[in-house]
Amino acid sequence: MALWLTQLFNGLSVSSILLLIALGLAITFGLMRVINMAHGEFIMIGAYSAYLVQKIFQSSLPQGWFDAYYPLALLLAFALAFAIGLLLETALIRFLYGRPLDSLLATWGVGLVLQQLARTIFGAPNVGVTSPSWLDGGLRIMTGVVFPYKRLFILALVALVLLAMYLYIYRSDAGRRMRAVMQNRDMAACLGISTRRVDAVTFAIGSGIAGVAGCALTLIGPIGPTIGTNYIVDAFMVVVLGGVGKLIGTAAGALGIGMLNTLFEWGSTASLGKVLVFLCIVAFLQWKPMGLFAVRSRSLDG
Amino acid sequence: MDLELQPGELRFLIGPNGAGKTTMLDVLCGKVKPSSGKVIFRGRANAVDVSKRREHEIARLGIGRKFQTPSVFPGLTVDENLEIAMSQNRGVWAVLRAKTSKFDRMRIEANLELIGLADKKRLRAGLLSHGEKQWLEIGMLLLQEPEVLLLDEPVAGMTDRETEKTGELLRQIVRKRTVVVVEHDMEFVRRFASRVTVMHEGKLLKEGTMEEVQRDERVAEVYLGRRRDADAVGSTA
Amino acid sequence: MPVSPTTTRGRLWLLAGYGAALLLLLAAPLYLSDFRLNLLAKCLAFAIAALGLDLLWGYTGILSLGHGVFFGLGGYAMAMHLKLEASGGKLPDFMGWTGVAKLPWFWEPFRSFAFAAAMGIVLPALLALFLGFFTFRNRIRGVYFTILTQALVIIVFTLFVGQQKYTGGTNGLTGFATLFGEPLKSPGMKTALYFATVAGLLAAFLLCRYLVKSRLGKVLRAIRDGENRVRFLGFDPSLYQMAAFAVSAALAGLAGMFFVLHVGIISPSAMAIVPSVEMVLWVAIGGRGTLIGAVVGAVVLNEAKSGLSESFPDMWTFFLGGLFIVATVFLPGGLVGLVRQLAGPFGRRNPSHEQLGESSGEQQPVAPREHSG
Repeated sequence: MALWLTQLFNGLSVSSILLLIALGLAITFGLMRVINMAHGEFIMIGAYSAYLVQKIFQSSLPQGWFDAYYPLALLLAFALAFAIGLLLETALIRFLYGRPLDSLLATWGVGLVLQQLARTIFGAPNVGVTSPSWLDGGLRIMTGVVFPYKRLFILALVALVLLAMYLYIYRSDAGRRMRAVMQNRDMAACLGISTRRVDAVTFAIGSGIAGVAGCALTLIGPIGPTIGTNYIVDAFMVVVLGGVGKLIGTAAGALGIGMLNTLFEWGSTASLGKVLVFLCIVAFLQWKPMGLFAVRSRSLDG
Repeated sequence: MDLELQPGELRFLIGPNGAGKTTMLDVLCGKVKPSSGKVIFRGRANAVDVSKRREHEIARLGIGRKFQTPSVFPGLTVDENLEIAMSQNRGVWAVLRAKTSKFDRMRIEANLELIGLADKKRLRAGLLSHGEKQWLEIGMLLLQEPEVLLLDEPVAGMTDRETEKTGELLRQIVRKRTVVVVEHDMEFVRRFASRVTVMHEGKLLKEGTMEEVQRDERVAEVYLGRRRDADAVGSTA
Repeated sequence: MPVSPTTTRGRLWLLAGYGAALLLLLAAPLYLSDFRLNLLAKCLAFAIAALGLDLLWGYTGILSLGHGVFFGLGGYAMAMHLKLEASGGKLPDFMGWTGVAKLPWFWEPFRSFAFAAAMGIVLPALLALFLGFFTFRNRIRGVYFTILTQALVIIVFTLFVGQQKYTGGTNGLTGFATLFGEPLKSPGMKTALYFATVAGLLAAFLLCRYLVKSRLGKVLRAIRDGENRVRFLGFDPSLYQMAAFAVSAALAGLAGMFFVLHVGIISPSAMAIVPSVEMVLWVAIGGRGTLIGAVVGAVVLNEAKSGLSESFPDMWTFFLGGLFIVATVFLPGGLVGLVRQLAGPFGRRNPSHEQLGESSGEQQPVAPREHSG
């Protein structure tokens, strides 16, 4: 019983991290159809901003204030990733709309450059980020079952981000404009919406959320220049599995992959577990490739 | 609704926007699977329920489809477009070993003459004008030699002269096979004295000759009931 | 009337160019040091993989980021044979370290060179067919397929690292001594291997050329331009895509085998994500959709890599990243496209086919450049 509970929680925790990473993709990939392979590097940017904020607190602010660094780090992570996302969209992505494979390759190059930049600035080895003390310890459920506060915090953070995204996309004016542009660009432009601006901001938001995810990742382990690449493919699988353009699908996809991963790794070895998860995903796509394509137009391939 | 076609028949499908004309063609060629109902095709083979087959199987049975916007392969030359459209064994191995025989060559050349693209056969299809693309696609369909041909607004967006030429091409096509044409251009429809089916909101409204259809009150109501469509009928594209 | 390059004079020049290049390659042992020759041989092996990738991406419009896996499978097949030969009748050393007492059954047949060489081609092709069957048939394509291939890389990588008992884990397989009893390091062997690679590349090139010029090649390009339209012509695109994918994977496997013979080691890092994507860059830089472009791209980039990364390893990564951006945004036709553009009116084909055909696989692109009906 205790073991099951622990595994269940682990699965949930893995899912929540996947979801946090995939949420940014759900915007850039799901809504904008841009394959941003540099998404992992936005995660890295978020992680290193947390590292920086922590350093500043440690070196130049009173000891007692240290615990307050984390909320600030979250904000900075979002802001920095947002800004760089905006820059990337303006400088590069906008030339590649409608050419998904090209945008994939170009952003992969961007990712490579950002990674190397991080390596040059911070060094290749991983660095640790000390989590705030209020996240130490855990919630004791029963004998042998402790839910670490950090993991619980990430769960809460994911819920918060999900809620914020929902409110922004479906309940705000800006979100309505965004959906309008994504659904019918020409029409939206005719109605006086600046599609350029909406594109840029949408992409930046997706990047910003990746920054938040990176900040969250500092809680569960050391960070390095390649931190993003470890998660990025899994996150793309989440979006593909969940079906594009639907938040609920992304959540379901994350839950599915996270749970399966935990289950299989528990039942076999880590490497075999990955193979099994992949086979499950391919098998699932046999049954439901939908969401992946749905063309209905008078022109065939338009 | 029920729609029955006789071999060798030319049938026009008309109706206001959203009547389901294009969807009808989609169902016939397998692009859209019907939620209920059957499409029975008695071709060279025995009667088959086409709605259960995949698109390429349907195409091999002998049902060809032309889409509203020209869909040729822009990266291939005109010649190459025709070459792969030709009726042939479409297995991977067969296609790899395929040689263009003298007879095939003749068919392609004759076709090029017919569609008037003989001097452009080495040009990439992506560089053709809108009308030329439409003709190329018609040429491809001719070489595909389907028994049933489904055409979606073949003259939409064409100049008068292009329309005329397309009309000529259609006459050629109609001779040998069953053809279903979706068309808004009433003038164009009138030129072919044949049966017309009027659709409205997914239902069959009236079937008959053009004159019968024009005299029908319900048809007039459907068209005139919406000003925009009435305009469409009056000042054909 | 646009001029096509199939004028007799243009053709003669082209043939002369190919002939000169072949002569240069064949005479390379005469004017290159052993080290340089070995490097060139490695580049030529990569060029074989690039040809396969180009067939798939440039001609059929399917981007695989998983070719490192196929390359690696070929490499491992050859490495297993070499390892067994180096170990004599004994168990390979790493197996002893990990506590394996008896040679695993699937290692046994790799004692035969013919079997190993066949597997190096067949295994990648089978894996490609397997993956292709479950994706293309369900019309999983475009970026979705690309993402799945990347997932394939990750799982195969983890699998090979994880199954240390059978694969040598992170270290991979190395410590080879001989092939057919002849030391791998001997100058005669080096030259022989070099010529074998040239022959392999030539064969791969001719095979791809035959495929591309056949009617099959036209169908593949048609699939790239409009997969759905092809379907309504009566072709089943998934079969063609599977065939292209399998041939492409087999060529990558062949390349991997040559790679191991030249380099003397294969490890999971050779089939990780970065090498897989680098392969794509070779094709992109050289010029996708042209066979010679793939070869040129692979050779040029790898020569550049060995030059740059030896002296400035950091610079290489920046350079690589920058190249990706430049190649996709400014140079969609690659080097060959550039040359054709400079050559003026003889440029025959618009290389940036993606705008024309790619959208087929996607739901409405965000910013459609063309209006649809």
